[in-house]
Formats: sequence, C-alpha cells, structure tokens
Amino acid sequence: MCRLIVHMKNTYNSNSENQKKEFESNTVNPNDYELPVICDVDILRTLIRKNAARIVDVRKEEEYREGHIPTAVSLPLAQLLSKDSPEGVIDILENIGVSDKLPVIVYDDTFGALGARVAWTFQYVGHTNTSLLEVTFSRWKDLGLEIEKQANKYPKTTHHISINQGIYADASYVEGAKESDNKVLVDSRERLNFLSEHIPGAKNIPYTMLGSDGNILRKPSEIKRFIENRGLSPESEYITYCGSVGTLSGLTYYALKLAGIKNVKLYAKSFREWKSMGKPKEEFKDANYWDLSAE
Amino acid sequence: MKRTPTHGSKYRNVSPPKPNPRWGREEETEIFAQQVKRFRQGKLSEDDFRRFRLQHGAYGSRLQLNYSMVRIKIPSGEINPEQLEKIANLSESFSIGSAHVSTRQNIQLHWVQLEDVSEVMRGLVEVGLTTREACGNTVRNVMCSHYAGVCPDEAFDATPYSKAIARFFIRNPMCQNLPRKFKINFACCKDHGLVRIADIGLIPMIRDERRGFRIYLGGGLGAASFIGHPLEDFTSEERVLPTCMAAVRLFDRHGNRENMARNRMRYLVHEMGWEKFQKMVLKERSIVEMTTAVSTARLFEVKGLEGFNQPIETKFSHSLTKLPVINDHVTPESTKYERWLRTNVVPQKQAGYFTIFVTLEAGDITANQLRTLSGAIRELSIEGVARNTPQQNFAIRYVKGEDLQEFHDRLMSIGLGSSGALTITSAVGCSGTTSCNLAITNSHRLAKEVQRKFLEMGYDTDEELRDSTIKVSGCPNSCGQHEIATIGFFGGASRIGDAMAPTYTMLFGGSAGEHGELGKAIMRVPARKVIDTIKEIIKIYKNEKHDGQTLSQWINRIVKGEGTRQIRNVEDMKRLLLGITHLPPIEKEPESYKDYGNDVKFTAKTARGECAA
Repeated sequence: MCRLIVHMKNTYNSNSENQKKEFESNTVNPNDYELPVICDVDILRTLIRKNAARIVDVRKEEEYREGHIPTAVSLPLAQLLSKDSPEGVIDILENIGVSDKLPVIVYDDTFGALGARVAWTFQYVGHTNTSLLEVTFSRWKDLGLEIEKQANKYPKTTHHISINQGIYADASYVEGAKESDNKVLVDSRERLNFLSEHIPGAKNIPYTMLGSDGNILRKPSEIKRFIENRGLSPESEYITYCGSVGTLSGLTYYALKLAGIKNVKLYAKSFREWKSMGKPKEEFKDANYWDLSAE
Repeated sequence: MKRTPTHGSKYRNVSPPKPNPRWGREEETEIFAQQVKRFRQGKLSEDDFRRFRLQHGAYGSRLQLNYSMVRIKIPSGEINPEQLEKIANLSESFSIGSAHVSTRQNIQLHWVQLEDVSEVMRGLVEVGLTTREACGNTVRNVMCSHYAGVCPDEAFDATPYSKAIARFFIRNPMCQNLPRKFKINFACCKDHGLVRIADIGLIPMIRDERRGFRIYLGGGLGAASFIGHPLEDFTSEERVLPTCMAAVRLFDRHGNRENMARNRMRYLVHEMGWEKFQKMVLKERSIVEMTTAVSTARLFEVKGLEGFNQPIETKFSHSLTKLPVINDHVTPESTKYERWLRTNVVPQKQAGYFTIFVTLEAGDITANQLRTLSGAIRELSIEGVARNTPQQNFAIRYVKGEDLQEFHDRLMSIGLGSSGALTITSAVGCSGTTSCNLAITNSHRLAKEVQRKFLEMGYDTDEELRDSTIKVSGCPNSCGQHEIATIGFFGGASRIGDAMAPTYTMLFGGSAGEHGELGKAIMRVPARKVIDTIKEIIKIYKNEKHDGQTLSQWINRIVKGEGTRQIRNVEDMKRLLLGITHLPPIEKEPESYKDYGNDVKFTAKTARGECAA
C-alpha cells in the first residue's frame, strides 16, 4: 500500500528513472550511487534497505528520540550552526560516519528549510553527494512508512575537506553582483518582509511559492515556469538570501537547482548580516500593507 | 467542478448543493502570462496592457505597479470549501498569507507580483473560479443578498437569477468595452441587499402568482452618488434579461466616454433626466425583445442554477425560529458564546436552521483560518457552501441549532469567534492606503481599530446600537460604502499651518435596502479622533434619546432636522462635537498628524485610479 502511494505521486526525477532502475536492480554499487538534487522516497527506502546511505535528521533531539526514519542520525540544525566553520562541519561528518562518497540524505519537519541549510553546508565543505528528502518527516509518517526509535551511532570515518566556493556568497560578493547583468539576487522571504526592505535589485521569490501539497518542493516544471514568468534566464547565476541564517534561502537554493539552474549560490548570512553591516537597502514605505494581514 | 464533498459530514443523506458554474477558463491564464511578458519586453503599450490586465481582474497596487491586487469574482457571493481552500493556498504562495473579502462579494489577494498573477489564475481555474471582468469597464461581479433562499421575507430565491445574469454577461461581447464599470445587485427582500446603489438593482416579487422583480436603475456610490430609480412596478421574470440588456446597451451607446469622472450610468441618467431615460429603456427593451435571437435568450437559463434543494419543511414559523439556548439580551458579562449567538446568528425561514456570520476584521482572513472554516462548512452546514457579505464577513447557512456551539468552538480555535458581526462593531473598511492608489488615509486599519475598541467596550451587546453601522472609505470614492452607513467616514487631508493631517469627513444617516438613503456630510474629524468622536455621539444619544429610539433612528431624525431637546439638527450636533474634533497645531499634538500604521508624518500621496482605466 505504501509503495503504491509512493508510486502514484509524481516523482521529481523522471529523467533519472533509468539510473534508478539500474540502481535498484543491484548493478550499481550503492556507495557510488550519485544522488539527485532531491531524493524521492523510493530511492531512500532502497538505500535504507541496502544500508548504503547516511540519513540525517535535523529536527530537535527530543523529536528524533520520539521516532525517526530508520538508520537516521540526529543532527539538530542548532548544533551544526554552532560549529559552522568548514573544519567544524567536517568534524560532524566524520562523527556521523560519513566518508567522502557515501550518499547523505537530509530531512526535517520544517517544510525543508532547515534540512536545506544543513545539506547545503555539507555540499559546501565538499560532500557533494548530499540530497534533500522530498518530504518532511510528518509526511513520511502520514504515508505510513517505517519509523524507528533507537538512537543510531556509526563508526567514525575520515572525510576530506574541499571547499566548494561556487555555491557560496558573502556580503561583498553580493554587493559586487549588482554590477553584473548576468547575476540574479533572489530574496526568499515572504512578500511583506520583502516590500518593507530588501537588498537593492533583489527579486522576490517567497519560499511559500516553492512547496506543494505534501512535497517540500513543487515539480521542476512549475519552478521553471515561475522563473520564466519573471523574465529571468536559467543561464544566469542566482544568489539566494533570506532573513537570518540561510534556511529559507537554502530551500530556494535547492528549488533552483531542481529547476535545472546550474549556477546557484547561497548568501547564508543573509539580510541580518547585510543590515548589521549598514549596507544599502531598498524600502517601500508608501503603503500600509502590513495592515492587510489578518495575523 | 468537483461536487462539494459530503464525506466527513454528519449529514450524509442530504444531497449537496448544485455546483457553481465553472467561471474560469484555462486559456485565459496562458494569455495573461504571455501578455505580461510582451508588456515587459515593451511590445505592448502601458495603456493597452492596463486595459487588458483590468479586464482580467488584476488591479495595480498602490504606487507599485509591479504588484497587483487580484480580484476574484464570487458571483452571488457563493463559494464552496474547496474554493476557499484553494484561495488559502494561493494567498500563501503568491500573496501575503491573508485574503480580503470586499464590499461587493469579491475576494481579493493583494500584493501579488505581476509575474505571478497568471499562476493565481491557474489555481483559480482548477476550482472553477475566475477574475475575468472583476475590474475594468465591464459588468462587474453580480451580487446577491447573502440571505437569498433563507430570508423569511423574500418572495423567492433570487440566487439562480443572479447567477444566470452573471453567466450571461461574463465574456459577452456586448459589455467588453463599456464607457465605465457596470454593477448589478440582487436583493432577497426590500431590506437586504444593495439595490438602490447599483446600476441595476433587482428585488424579487410575486405578482398574480407570477415571478418577477422590481428593478431599480441608475444608482451608485462614488464621488457623486445617486439612488436608483424604479423602472416600473413589476418586471416579470422573462423580461429580466431584456431589461438588463437594454440598460447595458443604452449605457454603451450614450454613456460618456470622454470624462472619466462622470461616466457611470448614473450620470447619464442624471444628465438626461430619469423620465427620458426610463422611456428609452422601455423602448430599448422592446427592441431587444424583438431582435434577440432565441438562442441568445436561451443563454439566460435559470433552471439548473437553483440552489440547495433541502428536503426539510420550509414553512416559516416565528415560534420555531427563536435561537436556542439564549434569551434576547446579553451583556458584556455574558459568555462569549452567548454574545456570539445574539450578534452573529439568525434564524432562517427553514425552521430549525440558522445562518452564522463569521466576524472578520475589515474582511481580512488568514490562509489557516480559511482552511479551518472550510472544514466547518463542509461538516456543519447542510448547504455546504459559504456566502461572503458586503459587510466583509462570511455567512454560513443551514447550520442546525444543535451544531451552533460546535461551530463557535471551531471559530474560537482560529481566533474568529468574535461577536458583533450584525452590530455596530462590525465596521467596514476598504483597503485604503494598504494597497489602493486612490486612497488618502488608512481606512482599512481604522475600521479594524473601531471594531476592536467597540467589542472591548461591549457595544455589540447594546440593543440600541445594534441596527447602526459604521463604514469607512479611504477617499471619496465609496468602496467602503460610507454613504449607506449610519455613521460613515471618507478619508481626506487637512492642512493646519504647514502641516498635513489625515482627516475623515463624517456622514450621518445613510441606509441600504429598497428605502435606502444616502448619508449627509456633517463635518471633518481627524483620523486619530474618529473613535472618540463616535463614542461621544453615542454618549450624547444616550442622554437625548426617548421612546426607545435606536441610535440610527435618532440620527435619522437629526439629519431631517426633527431632533428633540438639545439637538434638533445637524448644526446642533456639530456644535457639540467641535471640541472633540478640534485639531490643534502639530506642535501641540504631533500624533494627530500621523495616520494609523505610520510612524512618520502624514502626506497625502495618491496616484492614478485604475478603476476608471
């Protein structure tokens, strides 16, 4: 029944169907399996069965203890952020038993945003074979899929550090991007926050546009259409940012990757840092739009 | 369209209402996306694009044309849970996470990026909704009293006629380029419905056992407002369509296409004189009747649009319509539920059934509230749909007496259990400076402030205030319908020395319904003093009233110069309010020079109104 549900919904990776079949029929060494941008439930379950991936649960530790996806380890986002140097992250990867090529799949229960920030960080320090699970934990549970309670620990590994500068942006990079026609700055915050103030020249793609019923991200074709509607080119470089630590914009990072955009960077320190540095902002004060919210 | 699901409802054996017609069309969303691209590429002029955009229901946002207000037409105000849930999702994805119920039974999504409007339209089409001709110079959303079908005083249910008219005119070539917008409102009875302030207003009547309507023409609110004129005593049902077509055709031929400020049909009627216009309409109707193809006339098909066909005895009996649980009087100390029962629930003509009003603040509702509300409608309304009201609330009908408590509990769980929906506390406010180019003041926030303050003061429990209304517009153009309020306000600016202050012109004595009258302008009130001024008026009223007069009755007497004791007329009233409405210089009272929602000094900024485009 569960598998039926999984098969009935649209999978993200129709172009990787062959790869998946090959993989499931055991012709590929699971440890060499290269994950797609977003990992669907089928692939994850196969990887679990073959014990060939590290699954990372970024929810709070209490939540992990109450039940998690089988074989997952606990790595709350806060823990990662407290060690947010490349060496610190490598340390974390080694401690959860991740070697250079092992597939790593991250999930959360916060519509993908926390997971996205963790997954991006792994990729940044050099663990490219990282993917986000297509659903949240709640959805996994609602689908009636397996859950276990035991805390998992794996033997320590070694992991090389290899900074992936191509997916990283800092404030000065963002500032410089303004000059280029070929760079698109994307603000992932909700509309009212964006209207109030944003980095000059930014385009608003609120993270609320990205999810769909049940999945953390819509179909790639839909995200592509949103980009096209905005008259933006998929060939451009995209830099995403949000309000504080790069979670919402982390999700946007993965949405853009999923839509097939090659060059995406995350400005992880986002608008909070930008403001604290006293950098220029665009504001819109001619309307009282906040008063339209019923919150 | 999918039928309203009944699974999960306690009332499985009851047939669901007939589905709404599918108003939306998928190809229009594609075309819209294309046109936005062409406009951005400079291949479509700004004027042409604006016309196109408005025809498809996307209004420019305040001083920010890169954003739109997407106006979703809800013909007759009838909307099913699936549609409400879709609007919830769309508001979260592409708007601000809240939707807004307008005074003409539309639901608006604000601050949608122009490039995403086609996505919103795409979602709406999936559930049968449309934004087509929600703005622009067309026949706008056709309204129908939210009591139609359940009103004890109605001759028959006007809803199917209202839907049929909407269906006939939408996308109809005859009204794609009118001189100006055109509004049609259906009532259920002489009291409920806005028939005198529309281009065409219709009240159902039965004459010699035949169905028909009394039709009013040439009314409307705006910078200059007029009350509609009765065309004839009785218009039989088969003449409804020809009459409406005749009015639209005359307006199309003779309406003023030069002067945007005076091009609604009411000006044509006013300038021509009613008698002349009336004759022209009757003559035009004969021509329409003689020349309209049978196939065209058949497009107006009332059958098949009949509403919920409920199986229960519908004989109206006053003895059976008392609200359960509660006596007639509540106080601010009564429980929330008792207060709500008294002020938000009315019995229907169908014995044992009630209509619930959901109290919103100036029509705003969050996505999550919409979702929970949808669940409640599905499970607790036998009719299974909602109607939005010109008071910017939702009416949920066909709720059984024993389910009222459950309904209220669910509303409480999402912060919508407030009382006062049918009382003076439920203030109406247009969107004002929150999103409208024409607005001078933040009428939207003011309406919310009035409602919060008056609920806190328990005004909703005061029977003498119950039939009074407060309505606020952010400019003279009357989207807040201030001219039909007992106490109405429209926004402006006053200069004192070098400083500008947000102020409102206060009107007294407006009312809706067949005998509705327009309010009379009394005096200016600084925005920050509106609430205190209303409180002062109520205080004076409490001292002056006699013979059980309600506030609205008392105010109507004063407007006519027939007051008693200290206050005989408007001049007496003004004198008493001079103190409280006084605006001292900015140095003495800097707060009065800031509008609600602003921490900076007020400036009156407006841009071109798109209404007239």
